[in-house]
Amino acid sequence: MMEKIGILIEIKGDELKKTNFGVITAARDDSHEIYAFLLDGSGAEFKSRLAYYGVQKIIDISSTDGPLEWNPVSWSMAIIHAMDHFGINTLLGLTSFQGKELLPRIAAYLDAPLVMDCTDISLTEHTVNKSQFSGKTIATIKVNGVSYIYGIRPNAFEEKPAPCEAEVIPYQTGPESEGLIVKEIKQGASKGIDLSEADIIISGGRGMKNSENFRILFEFADVIGAAVGASRVAVDAEWVPYSMQVGQTGVTVSPKVYIACGISGSVQHFAGMKSSGLIVAVNTDPEANITKNCDYYIVSDLFEIVPILTRQMKKIVGENQLTGTK
Amino acid sequence: MKICVCVKHVPDSAANITIKEKNRFDESITFIMNPYDEHAVEAAVRVKKQVGDSEVIAVSVGKKDTIKTLRSALSMGADRAILIKTNVRPDSVITSRALKGAIEQDGKPDIIFTGKESIDNEGFQTMYRLAAALHMSVASNVMAFSLEHDRVLVECEMEAGATGVMDMPLPCVIGTSKALNKPSYPTLPAIMHAKKKEVKIIDLESLVFEKPMSRIEILELKPAVEERGSKELKGRPEEVVMQLIQILREEGKVF
Repeated sequence: MMEKIGILIEIKGDELKKTNFGVITAARDDSHEIYAFLLDGSGAEFKSRLAYYGVQKIIDISSTDGPLEWNPVSWSMAIIHAMDHFGINTLLGLTSFQGKELLPRIAAYLDAPLVMDCTDISLTEHTVNKSQFSGKTIATIKVNGVSYIYGIRPNAFEEKPAPCEAEVIPYQTGPESEGLIVKEIKQGASKGIDLSEADIIISGGRGMKNSENFRILFEFADVIGAAVGASRVAVDAEWVPYSMQVGQTGVTVSPKVYIACGISGSVQHFAGMKSSGLIVAVNTDPEANITKNCDYYIVSDLFEIVPILTRQMKKIVGENQLTGTK
Repeated sequence: MKICVCVKHVPDSAANITIKEKNRFDESITFIMNPYDEHAVEAAVRVKKQVGDSEVIAVSVGKKDTIKTLRSALSMGADRAILIKTNVRPDSVITSRALKGAIEQDGKPDIIFTGKESIDNEGFQTMYRLAAALHMSVASNVMAFSLEHDRVLVECEMEAGATGVMDMPLPCVIGTSKALNKPSYPTLPAIMHAKKKEVKIIDLESLVFEKPMSRIEILELKPAVEERGSKELKGRPEEVVMQLIQILREEGKVF
């Protein structure tokens, strides 16, 4: 009999987050039947895209009162009910802000083991790899339990298509939000791309000198669809908000390309970005720590390099419509 | 008001982790209070000042040395501390049960603060398990909160700088973000005074709790080695930028 694996699918705006597809890829196996949980009523809309990555059943969850408004308690309870209803005892999701809200609530309620931020996984062995101690070690962890919850690090698995036929199954659950009431969602100042989702991140550190100078990083980001990050120094100096901090006490990121501008590269900063595909540093100091542990570095003034980079990228974007970075 | 703050004694982020016996590490390195927990202690102490007639109790699960982190909490303004002593490094399932046991034994608090994550295991879950065990509401990643009679209004960090404003009843558990406050570091007299404050030690084995259905076990630890080429791109600015663009295209595959 096929083992059923549940995937908590995340939507951003009106779009499926592309990092979902890596999670689906990680869960796929000839002996697995993939169930995707969607909670905002968009199940039918994304049927073909989910099927393209190997999802067989799309569980379109709503409440008996209509669509489920965002509430971490009611969403967690809805997923727990759906897992029970469809006989699913393994759930995977993203280690995103939403995943960090929902997966531990579900694990706590079910008294199930949970590992967040997995970079490798074996669903048959119940083992995962994840980084610990600020990225200094990789732990291989075995979980034991009756059900299993895993949070996958965004971009840890490359998405691979595996087209199949998918079926949309509506599922209704009672609205439950014991205690917790969501009053308001305030949109952030940083627009669009989230750091943990971005393919390209350009970050600024001490070398940025002030808040205003971050503008040149945003200009580059706008051209290529990148996210802008910062080191702790830049955040502590209040040049940019804390939500932009990459590093041990900030966000952990795994983009395809990480461009560090005027960042010396402390252990704590590496903790947050060391799993990036390609690390490029722009720094006037050839002895900066970051130049010793990156793929490429440029010993030059970022205020000279970044504007040229932006200008050249603009030309390329104009010539051939960018693909894959939307 | 009775306020608990759960803190963890963790290796300093700057310390080298030397692996021994496959799944352990050399613990003769500098340990500190988990940085996120400093914000939790600060929040607890500020609530005490604001509400008045309150008590702040710092609680931790760990080895004997954990007492140092509890002393730090006391010097930051906690009134007394409880150490749940164990000789192993328990997983978050056991940790949350132990915290629940000790907290209930001491008398149920109105509010519990703890850091939104620990920088050693990076599990992101103990506060949720503790809240579930105590049948309390919980919010984590909290960057602002206000007490309003028997409820708490919290503002939590969400994606891309967005925030969610939520309301929950007391008693509750709050996972603190770095953005919540700036911890005030203790003065010398406060550190001296903290040495006189009570630290109660309970053996983990003496706490009776429901046997967990789950276990999270570390099989192996390996140093994360990543050898990167560190190649310098040389030339005039226009030239290095063109080299970089070629690298972004061919190796980065971002366009």
